[in-house]
Amino acid sequence: MNVGLEHYLVVSALLFALGLLGVITRRNLLVVYMSLELMLNSANLALVSFSRFNDNLNGQVMVFFIITVAAAEVAVGLALIVALYRKRQSAHVEDLTSMKL
Amino acid sequence: MEEILFYIFAFLTLIFGALVVANPFSRNPVTSAMFLVLTIISMAGLFVLLHAFFLAAVQVLVYAGAVMVLFLFVIMLLDLKEEERRKVKKLSLVAGLISIGAIVGIFVKSLLATQPVKDLPAPMHDGATIPLGKLLFTNYLLPFEIVSLLLLVAMVGVILLSKKDLK
Repeated sequence: MNVGLEHYLVVSALLFALGLLGVITRRNLLVVYMSLELMLNSANLALVSFSRFNDNLNGQVMVFFIITVAAAEVAVGLALIVALYRKRQSAHVEDLTSMKL
Repeated sequence: MEEILFYIFAFLTLIFGALVVANPFSRNPVTSAMFLVLTIISMAGLFVLLHAFFLAAVQVLVYAGAVMVLFLFVIMLLDLKEEERRKVKKLSLVAGLISIGAIVGIFVKSLLATQPVKDLPAPMHDGATIPLGKLLFTNYLLPFEIVSLLLLVAMVGVILLSKKDLK
């Protein structure tokens, strides 16, 4: 049985769903962040498979940019988490509700 | 051969991804980070099967190398021992399952609505690194420069954020 575009898209969709589940259910800020990375990676997989099956390299260039932006995003996000931890002594989502009355 | 490799890598990616999100043996963020490294490496295997060799290398170097080392540094810095005891709430589990059910439903519906691709086109650019570089430095030159500026801004921002007294 030949592996087609659909197979890759199904893997990408399942990985995206796993990342979403992690973002919603996990309460540790760092694990939430890792689940976000998982979702970004599933989008990368979908883009690369589209690029392969349309014989068009633009998708791969897009993935290249996504990887770069994700690296910048991880650096800034982790710096924010460290700054938050210094103020509150916690990296737990339920302890960081200062906007709530 | 390629089909078997696809199924192996897809299975490994999904299993390791599930272990990042919900590990039954340990709720330590370090194990999640390690399984995320394994997910990324098996995804690089999928990229190789898709003839995106350069991206597979970049994926391993940048994600599994740089980004995950950053994650591990921050986890070690924060020292999160007491986080392990807390339980997952029922409400958030229900909300998560409903939302991923909705997302997967949308994906399945749109996949069923598409025509299946009958025959795979032969890879025109095999190895693709030279055409990719040409495309990156001609058509996508301006986004490339903007991304370099973005990295600079991110670096300045991180240095500012990690100073002791935020003003």
